[in-house]
Amino acid sequence: MSEGRSPILELQGITKSFGGVEALRGVDFALLPGEIHGLVGENGAGKSTLMKIIAGVHTEFSGRFLIDGAETHFRSARDAHAAGIAMVHQELSVAPDLTVAENVFLGNQPTNALGLVQWRRMAREAGEQLARFGIDVDPMSRLGDLPIGLQQLIEIARVLFSGARIVILDEPTSALSPPEVERLFATLRRLREQGTAIVFISHFIEDILRVSDTVTVFRNGRKVAETASAATSKGALIEAMIGRGGEALEHSYTDDLMLPQPSGSSVILKVDQLSLARSLQDVSFEARAGEVLGIYGFMGCGQQELSRILFGKLKPDAGTLLVEGKPKTFASTAAARRAGVALVPESRRDMLFHQEPVYKNISISILDRISALLLKPAQERDIAQRQVEQLQIRPPVVGLDLGMLSGGNQQKVALAKWLTHPPKLLVLCEPTRGMDVGAKNDVINIVRDLRAKGLAIIVLSTEPETVLSLADRILVLKRGAMVREFKNEPVSKDRLLEAA
Amino acid sequence: MSSETALAAGPRSRGLAPFLRSQMRNIAPFLTLIFLSGFFAFASPSFATLDNLGNILTQVSVTGIIAVGLTFVILCAEIDLSIASIANVTGIAVAYFTLQESYVNIANIPLPGAVAIILSILLCALLGLVNALGLTVIGIPSFIMTLAMMQIAAGISALLVRGQIAYKVPSLITTLGSGSIGGIPWIVIVAAIMLLGGHLVLTYTRFGRYVYMVGGNREAAEYSGLNVKLILGAVMVISAVCSGIGGMLGVAHFGSAQQNEFDTYLLDSIAAVVVGGTSLFGGRGGIGNTIVGLFVLGVLNNGLDHVNIDSFLKILIRGLILLAALVINVYAQRLREKAAE
Repeated sequence: MSEGRSPILELQGITKSFGGVEALRGVDFALLPGEIHGLVGENGAGKSTLMKIIAGVHTEFSGRFLIDGAETHFRSARDAHAAGIAMVHQELSVAPDLTVAENVFLGNQPTNALGLVQWRRMAREAGEQLARFGIDVDPMSRLGDLPIGLQQLIEIARVLFSGARIVILDEPTSALSPPEVERLFATLRRLREQGTAIVFISHFIEDILRVSDTVTVFRNGRKVAETASAATSKGALIEAMIGRGGEALEHSYTDDLMLPQPSGSSVILKVDQLSLARSLQDVSFEARAGEVLGIYGFMGCGQQELSRILFGKLKPDAGTLLVEGKPKTFASTAAARRAGVALVPESRRDMLFHQEPVYKNISISILDRISALLLKPAQERDIAQRQVEQLQIRPPVVGLDLGMLSGGNQQKVALAKWLTHPPKLLVLCEPTRGMDVGAKNDVINIVRDLRAKGLAIIVLSTEPETVLSLADRILVLKRGAMVREFKNEPVSKDRLLEAA
Repeated sequence: MSSETALAAGPRSRGLAPFLRSQMRNIAPFLTLIFLSGFFAFASPSFATLDNLGNILTQVSVTGIIAVGLTFVILCAEIDLSIASIANVTGIAVAYFTLQESYVNIANIPLPGAVAIILSILLCALLGLVNALGLTVIGIPSFIMTLAMMQIAAGISALLVRGQIAYKVPSLITTLGSGSIGGIPWIVIVAAIMLLGGHLVLTYTRFGRYVYMVGGNREAAEYSGLNVKLILGAVMVISAVCSGIGGMLGVAHFGSAQQNEFDTYLLDSIAAVVVGGTSLFGGRGGIGNTIVGLFVLGVLNNGLDHVNIDSFLKILIRGLILLAALVINVYAQRLREKAAE
């Protein structure tokens, strides 16, 4: 259908490496005016790197870059902007303390002859633009007061109506509700009719298939498939993404892993009908002693909020938590800790004291057990030394400032702080993210040891491999709702992706 | 390898220069103190005398008592701007509950001395508790919360004395504030005991550790299951009570209780803590730093009197020294972060 039109943007043989690791290998990519081009691939497949090259964020690469048939080299994101390329990044980038209208016109406010901002005109035009997008909101209200999904829509609207000829949307739908996704799609289709070229990146393959004309699949820095959306299916795309029949390493992803029969041991945690604003809807599940429960879902599916509720950092709007059969409402994280719940968040920075020695990092959560009033530093060091040896933390020096340790070892310290007096329920967020193979295996072994000791463990991750390598039972969270449970049955990466 | 040798090997194995850089916050104030003392000793023969040392100690005592509590607050990366006002209102309250001479025209409520003292302490603790609740329960930033409390405490002071001056305080307070034992003023002894107590609490108790951890990384403290709000609330109350004690002894020391008597102590106390090298970002520093800071300020104020300097220039010099200390404070934080990487 696109024959006869010349591409607005054409990339030929793009190769990009970061410190010797090739993120993109000889990628060709063309974008036609009036086309919605879907991009799929696993985390790290190269989609975002390619888009950042197009948007002028990465300026060092090899290959040819043509706009309207003319070779171009952007030196900055500003150059790309001037060429009519706009991008909505995965992370929300708005100014929450400014008004909706100011955000819509960020860096581009209408001014009069004296250079003063024309507030009335700005508010009126912002209101009109948003109304076209189906957003009914007072343009003079503070953006930060609006729900996150609406903020994201407004950011998208700003980029869509900026007059750009090429619009790149990186995971725009993760925080949106189904009706909001519909409105976004309607707008994308309208822009397509006006001739705008749109690149749409998403983990939600159904969304890609519904809205895009063409789909390109990335795997390990290569473009592995490009096809018309109408001519493919979700299964075929997942297969292309994870490469069935590919290299030996990838076999494990498609091979079925048999989940064990549930042990029927005692229920440590029961979550019933948990809801939180736009993040979670009626989530119910149980975690049992001596079992690792995996919770898998894409970014923004509500995992993070769920883990924070379990540890008393967020309060749910509705629903109940029962720890060993007793209903609990945690007033603070301290209350959750006393009830036997422990959390290791995804970010080590949030969890550890980088300017303090290792032993203080380990002893912090058990200080009230070993000292009533006065500290007992010798005992703290002994306890820490035992943990350091058991978890093989390198270097094995408890007096060293934590900041001197490598990331993998820091992650082990984050685990160690909960293990001196093991909790009843351990919640781990992305426990192996960004680790090398050795450290990953260490963490997997630690978690298995803890399971053998009878802890209930919940592993939340956006990486299927993490969940598959650890979990006895897997729940899939999708846009805040539990959509699938895998237990006592074969499971594989493509089955997980299919469910999510 | 035993943990003790490991600790010793830690900094040494990184070399001397990075170690010194990481200790910049402790070294710089100390060098400042030595430099100032040397300068004034050289410039004025009356400065470096035992008598004058006694003067300096007495002059910094009230600031020192107030700064103990403020150190806790700043270590938690919060601020308390109500310290001087709370000191003032507590000093006025203890006089208000004491029988005054007939010429003092204040409609006060004379009570036995012990009761007056207890009520006054309760008053400052209560004001601290209001600070604590505003900060932790309502979530008002401490800067604004204590700014409001500064006004509230000043308002209570004004209502109690109504522009008059009271002179009498309970005899215990009079002794501690203006008496001396064996030639050493009681107020210096009280300040020393409170500074020592503050140091012991911060260094050797679980609560002290929590204060450092909350200041070092509040998010991590919360993810470690510490009751961060409780700890923040506690330091606000501690700060208010220290201020109250400083205020009561100060009133006895000056010999009168009146409005706006302690205004200069807000800046002096903050300056003492920060000049000493306690990090404004929390988690670093301590009472030892505060003591050095107190001496820097004390030597500076006292020394400038000895060298016959224009009293207006004195104010400017104090401001410049404070600015230099702030620059060092922020710079030391950055150096340490770099050393940690």
